[in-house]
Amino acid sequence: MEDSTTLKQEKENQQLAEAVQPWEEETAASPQDLGPESFGPWEVEWAPDPGPRPRSSRARTPEPVGPVAEQAASSSPPSPQKPLSTLARQDLGALRQLDRITNGTLDAGTPLSDPPGQSTDARESAPPSQSGQDTSALTQQPDPSSKPSKPQELRPGSAQEEAWSSHQNRDQPGPKASEAAPSTLEIAVQNAKVYLLRASSKTGLNLYDHLSNMLTKILDERPENAIDFIETISQDVKMAHFSKKLDTLQNENEMLPTYEMAERQKALFLQGHLEGADQELEDEIAESSLPNVVESAFYFEQAGVGLGTDETYRIFLALKQLTDTHPVQRCRFWGKILGLEMNYIVAEVEFREGEDEEVEEEDATEAEERDNGESEVDKDEEDELPKSFYKPPQAIPKEESRTGANKYVYFVCNEPGRPWVKLPSVSPAQIVTARNIKKFFTGRLDAPIISYPPFPGNESNYLRAQIARISAGTHVSPLGFYQFGEEEGEEEEEVESGRDSFEENPDFEGIQVLDLVESLSNWVHHVQHILPQGRCTWFNPIAKNEEEEEEDEEKEEPDYIEQEVGPPLLTPISEDLEIQNIPAWTTRLSSSLIPQYGTAVLQSNLWPGAYAFCTGKLGS
Amino acid sequence: MDAESLLLSLELAAGSGLGLSPDRRAALLTSLQLVKRDYRYDRVLFWGRILGIVADYYIAQGLSEDQLAPRKTLYSLNCIEWSLLPPATEERATQMAMVKGRFMGDPSHEYEHTEFQKMTAEDDVVVQVKEETRLVSVIDQIDKAVAIIPRGALFKTPFGPVHVNRTFEGLPLSEARKLSSYFHFREPVGLKNKTLLEKADLDPSLDFLDSLEHDIPKGSWSIQMERGNSLVVLRSLLWPGFTFFHTPRTRNHGYIYVGTGEKNMDLPFML
Repeated sequence: MEDSTTLKQEKENQQLAEAVQPWEEETAASPQDLGPESFGPWEVEWAPDPGPRPRSSRARTPEPVGPVAEQAASSSPPSPQKPLSTLARQDLGALRQLDRITNGTLDAGTPLSDPPGQSTDARESAPPSQSGQDTSALTQQPDPSSKPSKPQELRPGSAQEEAWSSHQNRDQPGPKASEAAPSTLEIAVQNAKVYLLRASSKTGLNLYDHLSNMLTKILDERPENAIDFIETISQDVKMAHFSKKLDTLQNENEMLPTYEMAERQKALFLQGHLEGADQELEDEIAESSLPNVVESAFYFEQAGVGLGTDETYRIFLALKQLTDTHPVQRCRFWGKILGLEMNYIVAEVEFREGEDEEVEEEDATEAEERDNGESEVDKDEEDELPKSFYKPPQAIPKEESRTGANKYVYFVCNEPGRPWVKLPSVSPAQIVTARNIKKFFTGRLDAPIISYPPFPGNESNYLRAQIARISAGTHVSPLGFYQFGEEEGEEEEEVESGRDSFEENPDFEGIQVLDLVESLSNWVHHVQHILPQGRCTWFNPIAKNEEEEEEDEEKEEPDYIEQEVGPPLLTPISEDLEIQNIPAWTTRLSSSLIPQYGTAVLQSNLWPGAYAFCTGKLGS
Repeated sequence: MDAESLLLSLELAAGSGLGLSPDRRAALLTSLQLVKRDYRYDRVLFWGRILGIVADYYIAQGLSEDQLAPRKTLYSLNCIEWSLLPPATEERATQMAMVKGRFMGDPSHEYEHTEFQKMTAEDDVVVQVKEETRLVSVIDQIDKAVAIIPRGALFKTPFGPVHVNRTFEGLPLSEARKLSSYFHFREPVGLKNKTLLEKADLDPSLDFLDSLEHDIPKGSWSIQMERGNSLVVLRSLLWPGFTFFHTPRTRNHGYIYVGTGEKNMDLPFML
């Protein structure tokens, strides 16, 4: 391979000997010792490279990727690369000064601007007249037999063989061809390297550094099939060049919410350690009103329903925090409602007797009084105007807490670790309107609900109304699990208002899982149905009207309103109405492969997302 | 979600509440490997689960080397035996538009709906549509509407095929919250309509798909960050039950659909 190089060089040198043109010197060549430093690593890494590559690269059009890649493998040369003087100097230097090395003085740019042929010729002639030739650099590269061909290939715009041959022509003229052969190679290499080191006018980067960085990265990481995505690697290296240390400030900003969240959740885990006495531990265990969320999550997971184990555990801890801070008798994880910006985690809570906070009711009554006062003032002013006979239908009052739709109090939080917020009690008007609208939750409790018919309240009220409807529609239990308590009071009243209390049946033995799955009559609702009026117990608005009307002179005929009746408590769910020819509930066995340990799972088709499970009879 | 990272992906997507039971998960892990071998797919995705009245359909998709080529869809009732579904066609899609309601869960169930013939005097024609066909078109609709991929996860080679980007290191946090960093995982439709100014900023190897920014109706995606900033979850409001998750600065991303297969036509009223 070396022979062919020298042969070609000799040919071209002979050609060039004829044409001679003056060459212009541009800058004084400043010898820079780059050979050993810069080319050393080159040689070390690339010496074993197959020789054929340069040969082939000579023959075809220069492909920057291949040969350039090799050159860039070396670390960027330590000394600064300055535009070198014309190549002519190199030619001279190759003849005379084999000691000095110039890379910095090579001017890669200028020779190319001239027509290749001329420049080479010029260089040919110039050699004797120039001084400071540092083609010795080339000679100091013992093995770059492959390299000279590559730099020659890299001259931009010189893809033709003419140019290539003209590069060759830059080599030493004929007489010293044999001695100059290595030096011409070295010169060519330096030319190439100079070209590579030329800084881009736009970005200030140069190809040499970029390629060397890229190859270093590839060799360090050794990805498979690197050739397939070499362009992406190149882009990444470029981008990495531009990341400044100032970004650490930005990064901190971005990560702050994560750290805050982590801190809050860490507090959840640590709360248990605050009290440390053993006595308190025993107390806790004895009076624990906390449900075993993890256990129920396990059963739900069998059905394919769940929030993921770590999230469930965090919810568990958040519930514990809730029970610690509030006087709670019973607490249950109700579920999770997805919202647009944030989600809600809902806990169903029953306060201990007498511990309820009734602040909201007082606010409501105060507001009513204020309204009444205002309306009276208006009436005085508008005495002359005809009074309207319209009396708005009396607002149906809320149910008392602990009864009907307000039987439980609900707390929500956006994420476990955040404080729990108590939802206000629900009023019948809110339930009635909630039945008529369909809106997404945003995740902020104070967001207004803009809808038609207008919803009386904001998102927290809407949420509470939906929770009440879902509970009434989907909380079920196996037949016999609950039974009615002993009846108190006259039977007539009980029949009218419906039984509203139940207690656990101590004699409950469990039902076979298969039975639970096959027939819906084995499941019953254990939450009172909400009447169309919006309450669980019928409230007759006429009774009070009669009292008021006695005072007025004008009497209107009392409208007869039918008492609304709903299915009584503990009715089986097989009585639920169908939705568009689909039964209201779907039953599944959690595992078809191992039926004896399976759980029966109920999915509601009316409220997608409502699930109930029941394990089978124990011990059979 | 990729069958390779099934367990991790299921954990990350569990925030929506619906996932897979342990026995299904175990069955999937084994059967998806077999599917990959038998059909010689490059990647197998577990697409999700469509809830039916009687049974659920578990759907998987297989991809070839070119990520944007039409995907093969398979369904199973028990996560063990998979059957290939026929590709979706236009006419099937129009037929499906008439069928509403939940899936039954029986692939051979036939929906009947009458087509009213206005022109002729014949009686109304009763068209019977098989549930399998409905499944095909619903899956296709969902894919076209909401299957998404973060920007940079795929790149287009100059020769045409689209490949997985091995140097994708995840979206940076600043980008993870923007809808423009997520692309639809299907043939681009709106790229030609972009102005020249916009096109000048695009990187042709990475930005060759439609982004989510211009989805109609606006606001049909809900972006949430869970656990502080360490998990991005996108939920579609148009097809409730579709969840896409991504951990910023890592390569984990994927999507799953667990739902009834019904489009939420009330979306504009609910926003």
